[in-house]
Amino acid sequence: MSPIRTVFKRELASYFATPVAYVFIVIFLVLAGTFTFYIGNFFERGQADLLPFFNFHPWLYLFLVPAVGMRLWAEERKSGTIELLLTLPITMWQAVVGKFLAAWAFIGIALVLTFPIWITVDYLGAPDNGVILASYLGSFLMAGAFLAIGSCISACTRNQVIAFILTVVVCFAFLLAGFPLVLDFFSAWAPQGLVDAISGLSFLSHFASISKGVIDLRDLIYFALSIAFWLYASAVVIDLKKAD
Amino acid sequence: MIETRQLCKRYGELAAVDGISFTVEPGRVLGFLGPNGAGKSTTMKMIAGFLAPTSGQALVCGHDVVEEPLAAKRVLGYLPEGAPSYGEMTPRQFLHFVADVRGLTGPRRAQRLDDVIERLHLNGVLEQPIETLSKGFKRRVGLAQAILHDPAVLILDEPTDGLDPNQKHEVRTLINAMAKDKTIVVSTHILEEVHAVCSRAIIIARGRIVADATPAELEARSRYHLAVSLTTPNVAAAKEALSRLGDVAAVEIDPQDHRITAFPKPGRQIFAAVSELLKTQGIPVSELQLESGRLDEVFRSITQGEKEEAHA
Repeated sequence: MSPIRTVFKRELASYFATPVAYVFIVIFLVLAGTFTFYIGNFFERGQADLLPFFNFHPWLYLFLVPAVGMRLWAEERKSGTIELLLTLPITMWQAVVGKFLAAWAFIGIALVLTFPIWITVDYLGAPDNGVILASYLGSFLMAGAFLAIGSCISACTRNQVIAFILTVVVCFAFLLAGFPLVLDFFSAWAPQGLVDAISGLSFLSHFASISKGVIDLRDLIYFALSIAFWLYASAVVIDLKKAD
Repeated sequence: MIETRQLCKRYGELAAVDGISFTVEPGRVLGFLGPNGAGKSTTMKMIAGFLAPTSGQALVCGHDVVEEPLAAKRVLGYLPEGAPSYGEMTPRQFLHFVADVRGLTGPRRAQRLDDVIERLHLNGVLEQPIETLSKGFKRRVGLAQAILHDPAVLILDEPTDGLDPNQKHEVRTLINAMAKDKTIVVSTHILEEVHAVCSRAIIIARGRIVADATPAELEARSRYHLAVSLTTPNVAAAKEALSRLGDVAAVEIDPQDHRITAFPKPGRQIFAAVSELLKTQGIPVSELQLESGRLDEVFRSITQGEKEEAHA
């Protein structure tokens, strides 16, 4: 078995060995449903699509994904198992990727469990299933990007609360990078090119175009690169901070 | 085999490990001694490939731990300080995980798992989450993990810390049983352990090696080496008589149990003379002992001497 798979298996099993997994999945499903029906007016809209469902995913992820990501490395560091893990015959990137994939798969499981809402809309009307599938894909990719940020910040500290709060803040900035809230902060002093570049980093706009059913390669590449960048940063941070 | 060459680890200005060089051959157990914060753990972490040395080199079975980390880690078993393990897993799951990472398969995997479970008496706790186990069992799970792949080189950071005397004895027996064909480095600050398991001891203080010798050689540096101690009801008479012996340099009485210790002049043997003297003087003796030396005293004088030197 490849080391990534071994690390992945152990990590994923560890979620389900404690109540963490069940609490997370239940809260995720309850909140996703509540937002969709009460705030998104799923029925009142009278349209056979899942837009009100997916529209709230970025905001759900903003708090729930950092809760998954915070323990990734902070816990290993606190319990000292990081020393055990990294002295086993595996490379740093195998450990980083294996742990990340396990957490991502875990969120994927929670996402898959939202399938009743798809069945509902499919039963009540004739939605464009291609768009829904694309939205699921976009949602999953966005969760991965949030999680990669969480992995990196979790690697910076042994305190999970700090990891959680910082991850929420950084994710929030990335989520709204295309909006005045974040852009005004830069536009006063940064050159226009930089401001444009920052606005191009917005998770929300990349997610919005995928969830319209337009699978643009650029959006996929954007999320893939985000994940790769933050995982690389995780490995660098772990290497630098191992001694602490 | 382990070899380190001028191994250094610096944190900014502070040199945690400052030029440590030693070689350990297979079949040897090296004891790593030193006060807390002397650099024992840091040195072991560098050999185990967890921390990168600032300068210098560490080789495990000929593999440089920085250049060929995977090759070095494959032949090495490592028990980190505090024996960390994943608390939510059971010992069985944990050992299977380590077996997976170590690439153990087939009959050899089953045989190795059985062997470590048997050796460390883990049978009764295999299905309990590790976080619910006692400290002794946690430590044994950590040891099981370290020896699971039957490594040629073992690095154990304080393997007996926090164990009760019976458990300590078991761990020492285990180390001795494995010592025949392996290279083992054990860190400890329990000095009796050095005698029990080590064929050689290195004392480090402030990141540097201050002594490198066999336990017997270290003891020979003690003031108590070849001293004679005895207990008698007639303390005053015994002290008086011993002080008059030619080869005796000094006589001390322990203020607590009134045990008398006679120190020889350098290079002299006084046991026979003392024993003869007590007999001719008719001093009743309930116990008479030839001291081999006291490691704790040697340890203190070496490591504290170093401290003063460093301050000067």
